[in-house]
Amino acid sequence: MAGYVVRRVLGMVLLLFLLTLTVFVLFSLMPADPARLTCGKACSPAIIENNRHRLELDIPPIEQYQRFVAGIFVGRTYLKDTARPLECEAPCLGYSFLRNQEVLAMITKAAPVTFWLAIGGFVTWMVIGLVFGVVAALKRGRWQDRTVMGIALVGYSLPSFFIGLVLFFFVVLIWHLLPIPQWTSGMPFANPGKFFQTMLLPWITIATLNAAFYMRLTRNQVLEVFGEDYVRTARAKGLPERIVVVKHALRAGLTPIVTAAGLDLAYLLGGAIITENIFNLPGLGSLAIGSVLASDLPLITGITLVAAALIIVANLVVDLLYAVVDPRVRVG
Amino acid sequence: MTAATREILRVTDLKTHFPVRSRGLIPRVIGQVKAVDGISLSLNSSETLGLVGESGSGKTTAARSILRLIRPTAGSIELDGTQIANLSQAALRPIRRKAQMIFQDPYNALNPRHTVGGIISAPFRIQGVEPPGGVKAAVQELMERVGLNPEHYNRYPNEFSGGQRQRIGVARAIALRPMLIVCDEPVSALDVSIQAQIINLLKDLQEEFGIAYLFVAHDLAVVRQISHRVAVMYLGHIVETAPRATIYSAPLHPYTHSLLSAVPVPDPKIQLKRERIVLQGDVPSPIDPPSGCVFRTRCFQAQERCAAEVPQLIEVAPDHKVACHFPITVAEVTARARAAGKIEVPETEVPAPPVSGPHFVEPGPPHA
Amino acid sequence: MINMERAEGRAERSPDREFLSIENLGVTFNTEDGVVRAIDGVSLSLERGKTLAVVGESGSGKSVTAQAIMGLVKSQGGHVTGEIWLDGQELNRLAADEVQALRGSEMAMIFQDPMSSLHPFYRVGDQIVEAILAHRKIGKTAARKETLEMLKHVGIPAAERRIDAYPHQLSGGMRQRVMIGMALINSPQLLIADEPTTALDVTVQAQILDLISTLKQEFGTTVILITHDLGIVADVADQVAVMYGGRLVEVGQTSVIYDQPEMPYTLGLLSSIPRMDRELPKRLDPIRGNPPSPINLPPGCVFQPRCNYSDRVRDGACLSVRPELLPTAPDHLVRCHLPAEERRQISEEVRRILAGAVR
Ligand SMILES: Nc1ncnc2c1ncn2[C@@H]1O[C@H](COP(=O)(O)OP(=O)(O)OP(=O)(O)O)[C@@H](O)[C@H]1O
Ligand SMILES: Nc1ncnc2c1ncn2[C@@H]1O[C@H](COP(=O)(O)OP(=O)(O)O)[C@@H](O)[C@H]1O
Ligand code: SF4
Ligand code: SF4
Ligand SMILES: [Mg+2]
Ligand SMILES: [Mg+2]
Repeated sequence: MAGYVVRRVLGMVLLLFLLTLTVFVLFSLMPADPARLTCGKACSPAIIENNRHRLELDIPPIEQYQRFVAGIFVGRTYLKDTARPLECEAPCLGYSFLRNQEVLAMITKAAPVTFWLAIGGFVTWMVIGLVFGVVAALKRGRWQDRTVMGIALVGYSLPSFFIGLVLFFFVVLIWHLLPIPQWTSGMPFANPGKFFQTMLLPWITIATLNAAFYMRLTRNQVLEVFGEDYVRTARAKGLPERIVVVKHALRAGLTPIVTAAGLDLAYLLGGAIITENIFNLPGLGSLAIGSVLASDLPLITGITLVAAALIIVANLVVDLLYAVVDPRVRVG
Repeated sequence: MTAATREILRVTDLKTHFPVRSRGLIPRVIGQVKAVDGISLSLNSSETLGLVGESGSGKTTAARSILRLIRPTAGSIELDGTQIANLSQAALRPIRRKAQMIFQDPYNALNPRHTVGGIISAPFRIQGVEPPGGVKAAVQELMERVGLNPEHYNRYPNEFSGGQRQRIGVARAIALRPMLIVCDEPVSALDVSIQAQIINLLKDLQEEFGIAYLFVAHDLAVVRQISHRVAVMYLGHIVETAPRATIYSAPLHPYTHSLLSAVPVPDPKIQLKRERIVLQGDVPSPIDPPSGCVFRTRCFQAQERCAAEVPQLIEVAPDHKVACHFPITVAEVTARARAAGKIEVPETEVPAPPVSGPHFVEPGPPHA
Repeated sequence: MINMERAEGRAERSPDREFLSIENLGVTFNTEDGVVRAIDGVSLSLERGKTLAVVGESGSGKSVTAQAIMGLVKSQGGHVTGEIWLDGQELNRLAADEVQALRGSEMAMIFQDPMSSLHPFYRVGDQIVEAILAHRKIGKTAARKETLEMLKHVGIPAAERRIDAYPHQLSGGMRQRVMIGMALINSPQLLIADEPTTALDVTVQAQILDLISTLKQEFGTTVILITHDLGIVADVADQVAVMYGGRLVEVGQTSVIYDQPEMPYTLGLLSSIPRMDRELPKRLDPIRGNPPSPINLPPGCVFQPRCNYSDRVRDGACLSVRPELLPTAPDHLVRCHLPAEERRQISEEVRRILAGAVR
């Protein structure tokens, strides 16, 4: 097991390295010329040239990449040869000259919003999905099953922007049940009441589609293990039905679901673009959209890097978790 | 056999090894699964060679290697005079019509999204053959020939029972009138009554078209019914090969004796009186086979020499070859079994190989 | 022990019934394709300590019968009718938790596929310990010790090490040994083995059948051995019941079934099997056609579409009237419209042809 973990971690490091390379190449090949974008209204070739130098775009790509990577590990200094050099400490993900801020600072500011949005949504949908899915499976073919599957079908067919907009419109604008959502720094601990009022609708929006998906997944998965021979063996041993269901069927049936859900959470942590936009939450999703609209290359690069790294790490965590619970994976 | 028989297949020293790779970033080859480790056999037209042995002895690997569905590691395969062991897939294509395969699992071997007509006519399409009278007529004739209703041309495999699906597999295999059909456990998944139907069908087709069969199975009674010659495989090696009558009435290899002894006979009077050889444990891992004779860990005849020296496959009588240092006749086995009640591997046997590979290999007799 | 207490309070114990007595057992499943009548009117009885072989092709209802006895059909959505008397108790009327207490202690079962029958996540030793603790109040250490003893007993080499192995680390034969050990750990009175060797090699099959008969003698267990292979039960069974289309079609002492079978289906099975003990026939003589679909059974005799002799029955009764399972000799029941005389004649003919291959 220890060897497996070491191998997987080494693999992950290599992958992250390849990721920086890919992201870098991808964005330095983009047609937009950052030097021109930061040029402003009174633009002249000289200013562009100056900008290019300022942005360190006039050095060979290899060296650009080296500085980029060095920035992540040891930090880097922009505008070295000017009067006001910019110190960007490690881990430096770049500097956005459009907004005059370090990329990392922007990300760390937006991350908590996305984090709480994702965690809340995740918990909501997992609880709903698992509980309803298991109930549907246990009551297969009866009204409980049909009801759950009906709900799942409806939830499945509603796009999240639609749910978000409808909720926002009715709950907030028409019925005034909740105040207009507004994220203030220091949340959630500074102002828990306001926090829940702000996040409730976004959580529901995010959870709906996923809950529907997980209800169906859970139901099918649990039904499948109920047909497994080892569940029959557990019954044949004379174990109480409760133990047959929980220890034998659900343990095997829910394991892949819970671990795989880790990946869905990772995707979400990279930013929930639609939901954040509808509810005006300053999370990674909003940041990403903003950076793309402004062609803010350093910021796009940074966000992409962080989101992809999250997914890679989550992948590893999920696999390791799986190896812990399923001995077939663990022992070579 | 008629005078017109001729050699269709000659396999010489065929080896198929699968590399075992370590897990990790850069996988290293840390061993070889010697699934097939140097087998030789030949087959004439209108002849059936039965290939028997326990699970994991390498029968399927041998069968698939001979048809070049797996790339063999070494050795020669001559199909109708052409050396095919090293041909590229493109060069193999025209030759494929000469040799076909029937699989064990009638439920997974047929694509569920294709109609029966589509499945049976596939060989025509792949080989670009236009049968006289058109594809549909040819397919319906084939269906009729294997005992399927030709009107079911447009049905899908899931509408058929296991036995009928195997008939579909047979029809597909004979579509291009091949010289050789390799059958990998074609009746193992079928009920006894259906098994017998398929065996009869295969025999009839052989008589009609002079097809040669390489018939892989673990059921010795079934193999006896269909084969002219039998080869017994163990852990990648052929340990005995002989004409059918010899294998069943005068075998010499301890493994063949053990296999035959384990086959149950549906008659209580006979079954209760039989002398039995109890073969302990399972086939060892082919990653790390025993030294010397591969069978020695389970052999009731094993002696020191067996651990030291690999027995060669030697012709002891015309067409009867045995790979064993201490072959034993039926009379001797019977006498020994009668004296002892049954034959078991003595507890002080030749040391077993170390535990290795993906399974714990059961070493020798179950003593604690 | 536990059962004794419960038994005393139970009025309907019936001492004059056989140890196992099944009366008019029926099982139906509701499926999307309609109602599947998996078994219908199965009646059987078995003396304590004897072995009954249930033989038939796939889909004939062998497993459903076994699972109905074990009370495992309801959890699969099946509906059970009729009576199952085990040691004087009627099981079909018992409450779910009462059957559950019997399962694994009074009656135990092993299954066809030893790989999928063991839970992949738990060590084999722990799975057996769980079976002990489900029925007996003993400490974990004691249960583990007992488990180790049992593993040695069923012939697992290096049992001290294997007790902590996961199922995928064992070979098929060893997994089936583990299953047998698990079934016998609470010394059940009745052991049901559902095709215990179908997934195994002949050599391993011989080992497992040996083990079952040795243990049966040692523990005095009554055994029901389910199989599709008439060969493997010849020397272990006292009684054979042949099933077809969800019904028993012939029941008798083992020697009677092999020497004087009367039902055309049994005859067909016997002549379908290639046999090692006889001269080679040029062709096998199999039953024609395919087994019936349980949703759409023929209205008369369920075997009629495949039977060679139905035209010998007057008025085409085979096509319209379900035959009854009736005694033809003491301890020999047959379900067929043919007159007994004619059946024996046919049987003799067939056996002569089969034996004709001798020499
Ligand atoms: N692709 C592969 N990679 C590694 N090992 C393999 C591969 N295919 C087969 N083997 C191994 O080669 C050996 C022989 O396998 P093969 O399937 O030929 O046996 P078999 O005699 O056909 O057995 P069975 O009766 O179970 O069908 C086995 O140990 C198997 O695990
Ligand atoms: N859970 C189930 N739901 C529906 N039909 C079933 C179920 N279990 C068994 N059957 C049907 O009952 C019949 C008898 O099955 P079974 O007892 O498993 O046959 P076998 O004799 O091969 O053991 C078959 O037709 C099978 O399809
Ligand atoms: S060579 Fe030795 S071990 Fe091998 S089969 Fe012969 S007697 Fe047995
Ligand atoms: S009742 Fe008729 S169809 Fe059925 S077995 Fe007897 S003769 Fe054959
Ligand atoms: Mg095979
Ligand atoms: Mg069954």
